Amino acid sequence: MQVYLDNNATTMVDPLVVKTMTPFFSEIYGNPNSLHKFGTAAHPAISKAIDQVYTALNAADADDIVFTSCATESNNWVLQSIYTDYIVNGDKNHIVTTEVEHPSILATCKFLEDQGVKVTYLPVNEQGIVESHTVASFITDKTALVSIMWASNETGMIFPISEIGEICKTKGVLFHSDAVQAIGKIPVDLQNIHIDFVSMSAHKFHGPKGIGALYIKNSQALTPLLHGGEHMGGRRSGTLNVPLIVGMGKAIELATANIEETSAKIRAKRDKLEDAILELSETFVVGDRDNRTPNTILISIRGVEGEGMLWDLNNGQIGASTGSACASEELEANTVMLAIGADNELAHTGIRLSLSRFTTDEEIDYTINHFKDAVFRLRAISSSFAKQKPTEGGEVQECELHHH
Amino acid sequence: MAKDDLLGASLWDAYSNKVTTLMNNPQHQGEIFEADVEARGNQLIVADFGAESCGDAVRLYWEINPKTDIIINSKFKSFGCGTAIASSDIMTELCIGKTVDEAVKITNIDVEFALRDDPETPAVPPQKMHCSVMAYDVIKKAAGLYKGVDAESFEDEIIVCECARVSLSTLQEVIRLNDLTTIEQITDYTKAGGFCKSCIRPGGHEKREYYLVDILADTRREIDEEKMKAAADAGGNAAFEDMTLVQQIKAIDAEIDESIRQFLIMDGGDMEVIDVKSSDENIDVYIRYLGACNGCASSATGTLYAIESTLKEKLSKKIRVLPI
Repeated sequence: MQVYLDNNATTMVDPLVVKTMTPFFSEIYGNPNSLHKFGTAAHPAISKAIDQVYTALNAADADDIVFTSCATESNNWVLQSIYTDYIVNGDKNHIVTTEVEHPSILATCKFLEDQGVKVTYLPVNEQGIVESHTVASFITDKTALVSIMWASNETGMIFPISEIGEICKTKGVLFHSDAVQAIGKIPVDLQNIHIDFVSMSAHKFHGPKGIGALYIKNSQALTPLLHGGEHMGGRRSGTLNVPLIVGMGKAIELATANIEETSAKIRAKRDKLEDAILELSETFVVGDRDNRTPNTILISIRGVEGEGMLWDLNNGQIGASTGSACASEELEANTVMLAIGADNELAHTGIRLSLSRFTTDEEIDYTINHFKDAVFRLRAISSSFAKQKPTEGGEVQECELHHH
Repeated sequence: MAKDDLLGASLWDAYSNKVTTLMNNPQHQGEIFEADVEARGNQLIVADFGAESCGDAVRLYWEINPKTDIIINSKFKSFGCGTAIASSDIMTELCIGKTVDEAVKITNIDVEFALRDDPETPAVPPQKMHCSVMAYDVIKKAAGLYKGVDAESFEDEIIVCECARVSLSTLQEVIRLNDLTTIEQITDYTKAGGFCKSCIRPGGHEKREYYLVDILADTRREIDEEKMKAAADAGGNAAFEDMTLVQQIKAIDAEIDESIRQFLIMDGGDMEVIDVKSSDENIDVYIRYLGACNGCASSATGTLYAIESTLKEKLSKKIRVLPI
């Protein structure tokens, strides 16, 4: 058996989605901007996909949801164009975001800082989320944009987006959220929440890679990121990627139809897995279960380094993820882990397990067994559980030179 | 960045088979207990290095025959990734059978080499070289405990890059000899900074006492100061003729910088020294004019005369300046 528990990284494309996409590669392949019938043949399918996305998010007809290549593009678009429209060509100079955003937000903010923009990176609490009063206290009359993720990729923790939306509305500040980890996992109703821009990505909800979208409330002005032809009403140039658009429409429909029921099933499996591995001593899970996306567990296991754990899980045909510094190219500890971790330990012992609607009970049982075996083996090797004390003078008082 | 870098290599694919095998099944993992060692009339040394909160920790056990100083058995415990476990395992194997004095000579490079499948292919990707350094550090600590001395006393020079074991004096020498000006050049020449990157500049994986950026800046400053001094000294005595070719060129360069170049640049020109050839009667300095000097009428007359007389006065009467 092999078990894929890294669905916050990417998901399997639902075979129904693949089936919907297939005709748009070699049968209906015209450019939708062409006048001839080869071009217009794709129009009904594109219209349907647009409807599917609007319905899934309960967007109003006056809003725009513009297809992009990925959420990284959507995030770059919002930040870079807010900079152009409200900072270079306006009187604002400040952006508020959090320490735990995706690199496509953090790196873009760093880039804007190099251009002279002031950026506030809000800290998170021990639950890994930003508190709305913290957001309120950092907004000034120079703030152009507040950009805060809807749910965390690492912890699954859901941010108080509704409250932050109200704060931004009261203060008259634009509000953007990277909702990549929320859409398809929890209900997202864009008419129920005050928000100006929302980024999303199809491959996080069993759609294809290479397509995302940006929601723009009331079709408000935002300078394009990609200039070119008059695609998507001139908002985002580039020949419409028909198969991916059709795939994203189908995927979001499948992910959001009966979302309460589907997520309850995923949650039950997640909770079973979480309860079972919490039976192991000296383990803890980050964040309140009720305020987490129903598929995510970030667990710290004392004495077991994350990359070593990932290795043993991989040997057992289980795919998971770690924020351990050892698993990164630059040996940098994960910023999210450091932001919430007590004593840095979580940065090295955190393992993320993320389920999907395709995860089965058998896979959960299999994972529980292998997970426990791996912890048992690695703790048997671990110096953290050794019994013979060091020779006098041989103890380590602190990290010596190994400070992070 | 080029074609090969477009798809970053998978970390685990870069591990040798030995690393993989030992991670899956370490041979010397375990503990040695005080009571058992005492019963055999031997001495137990247990040393820790690193800590869980730092991301890697290792505990090394040595059972030593006090009459011969030979490490008759060794085990380890490790909190760490696959390469840390494999490095610890091979480290204990390298220790067994050696005297403490021999064991303390084991370096992280020996540990990494012992993990290779073939001598040409590194056992771990560059950023994982760091794990083998832990092995080296804990051996020194254990030896220090046994001999009752400070672990640092085994190190007779200051190591700047622990992964590649490059010392401060080596770095300074290589920068000087090859006239290096960038960190990339230092890494190419010495491998320093090519692994975990902590030693390049502050803010990396771990805090260091010395950083390559500072060493480079300091050494460059020293080189420049020496150049100035050499030029000044050369001007003051007749030793110019006894200098090596490189010293002569440097002294001429310094003199041109000091009293000639600024006037050429004011007129939109410049010059460079191409070669110096010495015979019994003459020291011929071949120069090339640049910019506006090139083809200027004065470059063969007044300007040339000014350059030659300055060098004659400051460096040697035997100098002739020949534009080419």
